Amino acid sequence: MEKVKVGIIGSGNIGCDLLVKVTQSPYLQCSLFMGRNLDSKGMQFAQKMGITVTDKSIQALDENPSLCDIVFDATTASAHAKHFEILKKHGIYSIDLTPSLIGKMCVPVINGKECLKEPDVNMITCGGQATLPIVNAVCNIEKEIDYIEIAASISSNSAGPGTRANIDEFTQTTKLALKNFSNVANTKAIIILNPAEPPIMMHNTIYFSIKNPDMTAIEQTVKETEEKMRHYIKGYRVIKGPVLQNNILIVMVQVKGAGDYLPQYSGNLDIITSSAVKLAEMYAMEKKYGK
Amino acid sequence: MENKKITIFDATLRDGSHAVKHQLDLSTIEAYCKGIDNSGVDAVFVGHGNGLGASSIQIGLSKHTDEEMLTTAKKALVHTPLGIYMIPGFGTIQDQLIPAIEWGADIFKVGAHCTEADVLKEHIEFLKNKDKDVYGVLMSTHMAENNRLLEEAKKIESYGADGIVFMDSAGALLPDKVQDLVRLVKQNTKLKIGYHGHNNLGMAVGNTLVALNAGAEIIDGTLMGFGAGAGNCQIEAIVAILQRMGMAKNINLYQIMDVAENIIEKKLKYTQGIKEVSIISGIAGVFSAFKEKVFEAAKIYDIDPRDIFMELGKRKVVGGQEDMIIDVAINLKQKKKEEAENYMVESLL
Repeated sequence: MEKVKVGIIGSGNIGCDLLVKVTQSPYLQCSLFMGRNLDSKGMQFAQKMGITVTDKSIQALDENPSLCDIVFDATTASAHAKHFEILKKHGIYSIDLTPSLIGKMCVPVINGKECLKEPDVNMITCGGQATLPIVNAVCNIEKEIDYIEIAASISSNSAGPGTRANIDEFTQTTKLALKNFSNVANTKAIIILNPAEPPIMMHNTIYFSIKNPDMTAIEQTVKETEEKMRHYIKGYRVIKGPVLQNNILIVMVQVKGAGDYLPQYSGNLDIITSSAVKLAEMYAMEKKYGK
Repeated sequence: MENKKITIFDATLRDGSHAVKHQLDLSTIEAYCKGIDNSGVDAVFVGHGNGLGASSIQIGLSKHTDEEMLTTAKKALVHTPLGIYMIPGFGTIQDQLIPAIEWGADIFKVGAHCTEADVLKEHIEFLKNKDKDVYGVLMSTHMAENNRLLEEAKKIESYGADGIVFMDSAGALLPDKVQDLVRLVKQNTKLKIGYHGHNNLGMAVGNTLVALNAGAEIIDGTLMGFGAGAGNCQIEAIVAILQRMGMAKNINLYQIMDVAENIIEKKLKYTQGIKEVSIISGIAGVFSAFKEKVFEAAKIYDIDPRDIFMELGKRKVVGGQEDMIIDVAINLKQKKKEEAENYMVESLL
């Protein structure tokens, strides 16, 4: 059966990890890998894999739009604004891994289906992808939550120049997403970079300010959510909790990467690329096979 | 060194926030600022212990909002500039820095773990564009080699900061390292250098003096050492030393001593001294401000707080990772049932 054609813009770590995941997918194939410099590490990597590459970035696709049905944008927020105009013009489904927040915020296990109807979908942040499924699940059970906070610790090695330069966007975007997927007005996101060697795995703690929660129901839904997540991120693990401490419900999640292009400690990058590929697969199934 | 101008940043109402689990009330802030105003200190820093925007379950929720604390302080400080601290990842330009400028903050410190200075770029550049005095802060400087710290200092310089403050967040530094570090950064950058000591191993005042002798010109301390863990470099003590050496003559020593006595000692009932757990945090190299959360977890899970600190040290946790305390506590609780491991002995080997 014919695979759906996918383009990737951005030849950095995220672009390369997406490429590996796309080539492993039974539903997707990478038809164009777009960057600016044929000598870059990422472009060399793609060429060695036998992928069609271009150093004309999105211009190549603008000239020949039938090359792709779906495009992943792994560049920057400001670049995505321009890319989206071109993708929209040609009716190409746009999955945005930058913090631009132009398109609808997407967490595949929560609202993946709704997002298939959108022209442009935003994958929020790594901290968002790791914590929002649990946040959403708990909020579906408990309606009286006053406040939600998440703290994401990632290894310094897995925070590239983009993440470092845009730490404010991470914090603001994750906070906003916590609000959107919980209906709790008061939310907060914290990010910590830890340079320890060997590098730490991505560690996320979710706090809910809550009175008299139904712990049995919460334990059940957290367990189910963990299982759902493991369908596309094998290294997703609830490592502590849910525990209740002075009216604070705590759940801790560790994300170990698949080690496709990036090391296993880069669970923070893996979860956002895995989520993006999961969404692309859902799109491919629906559009091409009507499933 | 005699004619050198020494700048004193008073972090009492910021670092001291840790000592009272972030429950400083507005009347204390007002009384403190009125008392310290015009005493000769160069800026009074106010806000949550981990800086603006850090009020959280992770670190500790503040009694009052940043806005309430800063506007109260600004009103009471007629002569002395108001300073703020912020750690990107906790606070942002949009939610914290822009409002802080509106509330009247004059001097800005933005901080990162000591190897992560590049997260400060957008904040330093933003503040310099607004013509503010900006200092880059490197926290937990015991966790990196001096050459690496110099690289980070150069980044901070390239972003346009006026100076750099090295924080010994765990009170773990020894004088040799402080001296070499300050000399190295002095020789290789044009930054004004500040030193922020903690007293876990009794070295806060001593190390500050070492830093000044090596070329630092900013002291970042607190009255009575009121602050996280075993407390900070005590401003009254270092000022008394400097005055004996013929410096810091512009500081009204009696005035700041009176504020220390009336507000910190009598009103907040703060008593000094290095408690065993603070010494352990110094040996383990763990951020002093973890103390209250460690005590809390030790109580809930019935384990020795010293064991928690040693385990956190092994995991090389950095400031802000307070969630690891619970993680470690739960692990230790399970382990306690299986074996009784003596971390203390192990660490001394």
